[in-house]
Formats: sequence, C-alpha cells, structure tokens
Amino acid sequence: METQSIRSKRSVRPRSERVIEGLIKAGGMSSILFIAGILLFILKESSGYIFGSFNFVEFFTSGEWNPASVEKIEYGTLALLAGTLSVTMLSMVFAVPIGLACAFYISEFCPPQLRETYKILIEFLAAIPSVVWGFIAVVIVNPLLINSFGVATGLNILNAALILSLMSLPLIVSIGEDALRAVPESYREAAEGLGATKWEIATRVLLPAAKNGLMAAALLGVGRALGETMAVLMATGHSIRFPSSVFDPVRTLTATIAAELGESPKGGEHYQVLFALGLYLFILSFAINILADWLVRGRGKKV
Amino acid sequence: MGKLIIKLYHPAALLLLLISCQRSGQHTIIQNKGSDTLVNLAQMWAEEYSKVEPTVALAVSGGGSGTGIAALINGTVDIANSSRRIKNQEKHDAEKFHQAAVQEHIVGYDALAVFVHPKNPIDGMTIEEIGCIYGKRGKCNYWSDIRGTVVPGCKDNQIIRISRQSNSGTYQYFRDAILGPTQDFRLGSMDLNGSREGIDMVAQTPCSIGYTGMGYLSNHVKTICIAKDSQSQCIAPTPANALDRSYPIARELFMYTVGPLKSDLKKFFDWIKTDAAKKLTIQSGFVPVP
Repeated sequence: METQSIRSKRSVRPRSERVIEGLIKAGGMSSILFIAGILLFILKESSGYIFGSFNFVEFFTSGEWNPASVEKIEYGTLALLAGTLSVTMLSMVFAVPIGLACAFYISEFCPPQLRETYKILIEFLAAIPSVVWGFIAVVIVNPLLINSFGVATGLNILNAALILSLMSLPLIVSIGEDALRAVPESYREAAEGLGATKWEIATRVLLPAAKNGLMAAALLGVGRALGETMAVLMATGHSIRFPSSVFDPVRTLTATIAAELGESPKGGEHYQVLFALGLYLFILSFAINILADWLVRGRGKKV
Repeated sequence: MGKLIIKLYHPAALLLLLISCQRSGQHTIIQNKGSDTLVNLAQMWAEEYSKVEPTVALAVSGGGSGTGIAALINGTVDIANSSRRIKNQEKHDAEKFHQAAVQEHIVGYDALAVFVHPKNPIDGMTIEEIGCIYGKRGKCNYWSDIRGTVVPGCKDNQIIRISRQSNSGTYQYFRDAILGPTQDFRLGSMDLNGSREGIDMVAQTPCSIGYTGMGYLSNHVKTICIAKDSQSQCIAPTPANALDRSYPIARELFMYTVGPLKSDLKKFFDWIKTDAAKKLTIQSGFVPVP
C-alpha cells in the first residue's frame, strides 16, 4: 500500500509540475515573442518609407515636420526630438533628486511602522491614468503657471516636466528603495560601530554602495518619461519648435504619433513615417533600458 | 423534440435563417464617398437615416473630394461628397460616361470663424492680417504687428497661434482660404486635436488666436469679423452671412449625383432638409441649408 501511494504521488507530481513549468516557460518566452513581434510589426509598417524615400539628412537633422504641406512635404524630426529631450530632462531634474530622497527616507529614516503606508501612497501615484494627469496639466497647472510667471501660455515644457516628474516618481522611489534595501545590513552595522551618524551612513556608505541601483532607478524614470504620450500631448502645448526657454510649448515624438496616426491613411507615406518615428522611439528607450540593465548587473558585479 | 431544438441552433440552420431574413428585408445600399470634411456628417446622417428608413443603408467612406468625384465618374458610387465645386472637366467626363446630367445638391455650408480672448481689443481683421499671423511667409509674431494692438493680460504681447492637427479638414480649408493654395502654416502654432480644445485654450489664454467651424463657437471667446481686404466691409460670421456668401471664409458642401434621382436617393435628399438632419448638420459644426 505504502509503496503504491508513493509511486502514484511520484507519477502525479512531476506531471503537474511539468505542466506548470511549461506554462511558466511559455509565459517567459511569450514576452520575448511579443517584443520581437512588436519590433517586426513596426519594421514592417515603416519599411516602405525606410527602404524607399527615406531621407537620412532630413529625418535626423531637419526641424521641419510638415506632413500636410502644400509647398514641400518634410519629415524632419529634430524639433520633435528636442521637445522630447527637453521635457524628459527637465522632468528628471525634478524627479530624480526628489525620488531618490524619498527612497532614502523610506528605506533609512522613516519609522518602520509608517514605511508600508508611505510606499502604498507613493505607488498610488502610479495608479492615476495618464489622461487624468493631462487633465490636471490643462486645468490646474496651466492657469497656475500663467498667473505665477506671467507667461503667455501655461502649456509648455515646465508644465509637462512637472506632470512627468510626478508620473515617474513612483518608479524611481520603489526601484531606488529596493536598491537601498539590497545593501547588506552589515554595512550599516559596521558604520554605526564606527560612530557614524545616520546622515553619514546614508551619504558615505549607502550612496556609494547602492550607486548602480540608484542610477538604474533614475534611468528607468527617464525611460518612463520618454515614452509617456497622453499626458505630454495635453501638457506640452503640442507646438513644433526648438525651445528657447522652459516656458515654450513644444511637441514630442510620442505625441506626434498619437495625434497624427489616427487620421493618416493606412499604408500611405505619412503613416509609414509615423511608424519610423515609433521605431526611433523604440530604439531610444531600448538603449536606455539596456544602459540601466548594464549599470545594475555589469558594473554591479565589481562592487 | 430535444434533438430538433438542438438542430435549430446548428450554425448552418442559423445561417439559412439569416439569409432568408435578409432576402425578405430587401436592403438597398446607397454608396457614398468623398470629402473628409463631410465624412463625419455623412456618417451621422447615415446612422440617423437608417432609423427612419430601415431598408436603406448608406455606405459612407472618405478619401477626399477628388476621390469621391472620380468614383462618381466611374459609376462605383451613387453620391459623391465634395467640399469644392465639381470641375468642368470632371462634369464633362461623368456626363460622357453615363450619358446623363450631373446633379448638384448643396447640403450645408462650412464657415470658419476666427476668435480671440474676450480681453483682446481687436474686433475684426483682414484676410491678409490673419495670413500674416498664420502663414509661413507672414511675419506677425506680436499683437503690436496688427495695427499696434496691445492685449491686456498678455505680458509680452506675443501672439499664441492655436491651430489644428494637419489632417483635419478645418485645417486644410483654413489654409486654402487664408494662405492661398501655395503657402503653408508657419510652424510653432499649438496644434490641438479638436475644435472644443481650441476654444477652451483661447478662453484661458489672453495672447491667443484660434479658428474653428462656426457651429462650435461659444461665448467664452470673442469672435471677430473678417474683411476680404482693407477696403472691404468687415463681415461677422453669422449663418445668414455664410448663406449669402458675403462672409469670406465660407464654402458650400456638395453632394453630386448623376442622372434623374432614383426614388431612394430622392427620399434621402428630401430627408436632409428635415429638422432632424439639420440638427446633425449643426452638431458637426456646419451651417444647414435653410
């Protein structure tokens, strides 16, 4: 009896395990498959332009984005890139210091019983849909900027950067906090044993030790900000130009795709160029993610 | 018994049922194609008309006025929508192919209004002045460039140009009417995605100027009158002025058919003149035919 039950258990468990293992494997593989599929799709839709009338110099170095021109149709993306980069960089100027300070506070300074509450509150920011952020940008931040700075329009780089920094904060805080938690407790104990204050531990021990993780947190924040569309479409003012101040409206790569794709005839040149823009964005954010990954893993090993 | 019921649910049985229903319904399909400016209105009409006349279905598609008229010439559509008058050559081709006369139906008017913030002292502008603000070759970047205007609440007096995304019919008509057929908009305008957004933006921004279809106007912004040139009278954008063509940025919206109207088509064109259809015309931002 006993041997039989053991045998039956043996023959049943591996089968169910194999099924589960298979499912997990399929799940893992599917994400690779999806990424590859998306890349292939974008390539396919844009190939007509990229391998056809693609004008390298115009695409990368001209600021004239004029798909419906009666004079000369041009697809220069430099002004759009300037818009994307200016908004992203300014948002990181706000979000990275605040986000990392927040991560330090939650991980090191905050009373342990409040830690979970803070984390939930911060992560709640991530649950707000981006169109709601856009709405906040138009209805609240816009008049606020007009009234406090006396600028002509409140839909500009600063507005979008403020909104984006709030949107990327949760990511920076939670990844930054993970990086700080990952620093072995022995580091803190050793520093405390040497008579270091909490501030000294944070700045001289934890900051160097978790440097790579914190850098990755910041870079993932950049990736988040770079790819954001709806809120940026509403907050930037959607105006093609090279900005000369933070109060200038701009237009980003993502917002251009969102605004124009719906009404460009499928398969037409404009449609293909918008997919080429998508490919451009894909490569940009892919590069940033790879960089973040390399910082965490490649350089992490040396520490 | 049970088996019989199950058999009725069999896909093939359902298919047969569907086919027999369709046959008894006798659907007539009116093919309708053309202007992208008109496509939304035509679709709304089609939906509403299917409630009035369930046996007639309008198949509406866009593609542009030229595409619609070309399809009419080739006989692939019953109605061509157009936001411009048919060219003589096109009319000639259609009549030669079909051996019948082309009929023109004016189904509404597309009149664009230009508006500014209520604080802006400007009441009217000439086409040339608006072109100077919006056009690629124009150089008016400050309100002071327009007859030395100073706008209260607009600190540096800079003009904030509100425009539309480049695929919109409003954008294209405004460009044609104000800047002419060979000039682009100057880049650097704020290109919003809807008429409503443009009005809200101007209502909040003292420095700004915008344009929209007349049907979307609200009293949160100040609508200005338009003069053809500095010698002409400044005409306010009212439906009456659009109808008698005295307002400079208004155009007719056409539907073209060939030959004597079949009864289904005649019914549809009669229905367009009813209040139910006119309500949809106004909702789409156009002026209905009285």
